[in-house]
Amino acid sequence: MAAEVRIPSLLRGQVGGSRSIQASGPTVGHALDDIEARFPGFKERVIDPNGTIKQFVSIFINGEDVRYIQSLDTPLQDGDQVSILPAVAGG
Amino acid sequence: MVVALFRIEDHFVQEMVAHSREEAPNECCGILAGPPGQVAALYRTVNTSASPVRYSIEPKEILRIAQELEEKDWEMLAFYHSHTHSHAYPSATDIQLAFWPDSLYLIVSLADPQQPVIRGFYLRDGQVAEEEMEIV
Ligand SMILES: [Zn+2]
Repeated sequence: MAAEVRIPSLLRGQVGGSRSIQASGPTVGHALDDIEARFPGFKERVIDPNGTIKQFVSIFINGEDVRYIQSLDTPLQDGDQVSILPAVAGG
Repeated sequence: MVVALFRIEDHFVQEMVAHSREEAPNECCGILAGPPGQVAALYRTVNTSASPVRYSIEPKEILRIAQELEEKDWEMLAFYHSHTHSHAYPSATDIQLAFWPDSLYLIVSLADPQQPVIRGFYLRDGQVAEEEMEIV
């Protein structure tokens, strides 16, 4: 399944400057693996070593936060729009 | 030498100060957007931390605004939040949680309630770089 993944400015340097890239796989996690295969070092910016999405990163599929679906196991359909967004927070 | 300036119209500054006062003692937060280099809209956002010492914008709200901006080819030029009792300088938490290297972080200080102060900073890799503001 091929999805379009929107890349935040923070991570564009990791993917050659692109604002969005195509990634494929049956789930969100697989799509991130697909990006990692082409741009090594990408995934560790989004996923913790224990395999969960980083605390200050959100991943959306078609506007829905995957944390409230099946997290990285959320299935992907062709044409899905995936967005990776870092937090806006502070003190 | 070209001095980089963050140009912003005064009514947006007044709006940020008003928002800060309304939310006090809690911090407020919001987003300034427009074409590159030109603030054209201010989005008040909910501080989901609802705290005098923390702020956090709901990720879904950021996404909704980001998608709206994308249709217009606008960018998130800056984020703002208030410091209700401290100076207009990034806190350790602000620096630690700064994940938007291309957006200016504006801080509205109400430490002196009669004299609000607003300053802007780029926060990148733990470094603080103040950007001069030109209020027009
Ligand atoms: Zn702050």
